[in-house]
Amino acid sequence: MSGQVETAAARPRLSRRSLTLNIGLFLVGMHVTVALLTLVWTPYDPTGMTGGRLEAPSWAHWAGTDRLGRDLFTQIMIGSRIALIVGFGAVAIAATIGVTLGVLSAFATRYLDDILAAAFDILIAFPTLLLAMLVVAATESASLFSATLALGIAISAIVARLTRILAKRILSMDYITAARTAGASWPSIVFRHLLPNIWPMLAVNFALQFGLAVIAEASLSYLGLGAPPPNASWGRLLQEAQGTVYTAPFGAIAPGIALVTLVIGMNLLADGLREAGDPTRRGRQ
Amino acid sequence: MSRLRRLTFAVPNGKTGSDFSGIALREAPILVYIARRLAILFFSLLAACVVLFILLRLLPGDPANSLISVGADEAQIAAARRQVGSDLPLAQQFLQFITSLVRFDLGTSFVSRTPVLPEIMDRLAVTLPLTVLSFLLALVIALPLGILSAVKADRWYGAAISVVSQLGIAIPVFWVGILLVTLFAVNLRLFPSGGFPPRGWDTPVEALRTLFLPILTIAIVMSASLLRYVRSATQDVLGSDYLRTARALGSGFSEALVRHGIRNGAVPVMSILGIELATALLGAVVVERVFNLPGLGSMLLLAIEQRDYPNIQGVLFISTLLVLLIGFLADLGQRLVDPRLRESRGARS
Repeated sequence: MSGQVETAAARPRLSRRSLTLNIGLFLVGMHVTVALLTLVWTPYDPTGMTGGRLEAPSWAHWAGTDRLGRDLFTQIMIGSRIALIVGFGAVAIAATIGVTLGVLSAFATRYLDDILAAAFDILIAFPTLLLAMLVVAATESASLFSATLALGIAISAIVARLTRILAKRILSMDYITAARTAGASWPSIVFRHLLPNIWPMLAVNFALQFGLAVIAEASLSYLGLGAPPPNASWGRLLQEAQGTVYTAPFGAIAPGIALVTLVIGMNLLADGLREAGDPTRRGRQ
Repeated sequence: MSRLRRLTFAVPNGKTGSDFSGIALREAPILVYIARRLAILFFSLLAACVVLFILLRLLPGDPANSLISVGADEAQIAAARRQVGSDLPLAQQFLQFITSLVRFDLGTSFVSRTPVLPEIMDRLAVTLPLTVLSFLLALVIALPLGILSAVKADRWYGAAISVVSQLGIAIPVFWVGILLVTLFAVNLRLFPSGGFPPRGWDTPVEALRTLFLPILTIAIVMSASLLRYVRSATQDVLGSDYLRTARALGSGFSEALVRHGIRNGAVPVMSILGIELATALLGAVVVERVFNLPGLGSMLLLAIEQRDYPNIQGVLFISTLLVLLIGFLADLGQRLVDPRLRESRGARS
């Protein structure tokens, strides 16, 4: 096992590991359940006036109402659905493009590698949100799809760069040389030796990127560049709440908590999975 | 595939595996490294200009539209197109675009009719201090806490730091901003909820007072993610063979950590610093909106709303230039710090 990359959690902590995984599963599961539930049922009509304006939280309206008298809790529930769609969509796009390009770059000849590495750097130089803002502006009418695509493309450069760095480190290891000498094929090295070894680091990054995608989508909506109004994005709810922060400060709390629980849940889930699936740890226990 | 494989595997066995720099420069002396990295910086900038040009031409609507009113006749439209240059062939437009960028002539805003560059400079006077001070504050928070949380992972405060950092990376920067406004501006009335003094840095105390909450906002969010990298790097160092060897040879724990750990641990952290600084710049875009600051970000947002192409182009060009420079400096710093690169050079010569 010597020579393998030591991953973040070097010391085994069995009890904490399963706790991490369980909390993550719980939080993500909660959001997935809520998101699915909104497809068939919501406590109130999300667009209907179902209470007074800017009502404080009560038994009837758990998170209060907005300035049009719509139930905030219902809108937050629908926000789960939007966040999950954007997050999974963006990370799936980023993982497909990013890992492929990163591995290709690590395997490529020096000049191709230089060109690809420079391309990643250039794309990263356009911060995720700026790129997304431009793409959204370019599609004229902002939609959920354009936001997801924009974020996915923007994140893929980050994934590609990380994959390339990790892959190059692994490819210089003795066991890769040994595998090559033994005549291992190109796909065999990628899938049996390379990916399992860089996966733990990638998983951590995907989780961070999922969180960043959810946050970036909320930011787009906050800036008024997100999915248009019938879609109750958490970012738009927060933007509306900021306008009434002096009279109804509660409106700025609940959507934020919803967002944070989803992002934390994804991060914990990935941490737990990483620790469970880490090949450098398997043999030691 | 087979061609790729042959070419790849034909590389002689001399890889050190320490190429984090974004380019394949293994045994080059430092000056050659800088020269090549500068060349890459130049070509990156050129390529970024191409991307920028294409992206802007993809935006819907003719830029000339912003000059004319509804119901303009053909002649007026043609005149407007001539004025902004959108009647020229694309290649010629691109040539004009590049030559004017080289002369740092970023054109004139369609809306305000003022030159773009001076306005960007004005707004950088807000955005740059905001970005740099946030970054520094985040480093001051993240470095000691990150190392502490790894070294003292078995104590309650080590675990507590980890938990809080989990929370920190999950919070959108604008929500932190809104919460800080609620707490410090609405309830405690300690700091203004937004705006920037009209005379700017001529009244430095007032300027810093208005920037305090925005800086704190970005620093809180950024230090959380930075802390995770520092902690992870420290954990790598703690589990490393060389640290065990140093300890076996009789070094004390802190001595071994300081002598061998910092340089090794700094490498992965430095590779992330450039991206973090770019993220801070991005965070500034959003935070400027929260606190209503007249910075680069609010200029960009306004320009996108108004389809003010010269302004969009100017802001993106300058911010890309800044981010590429940051990346260049971060790579250089990493190269100077990485002990493995140093050793591999020694072994070769």
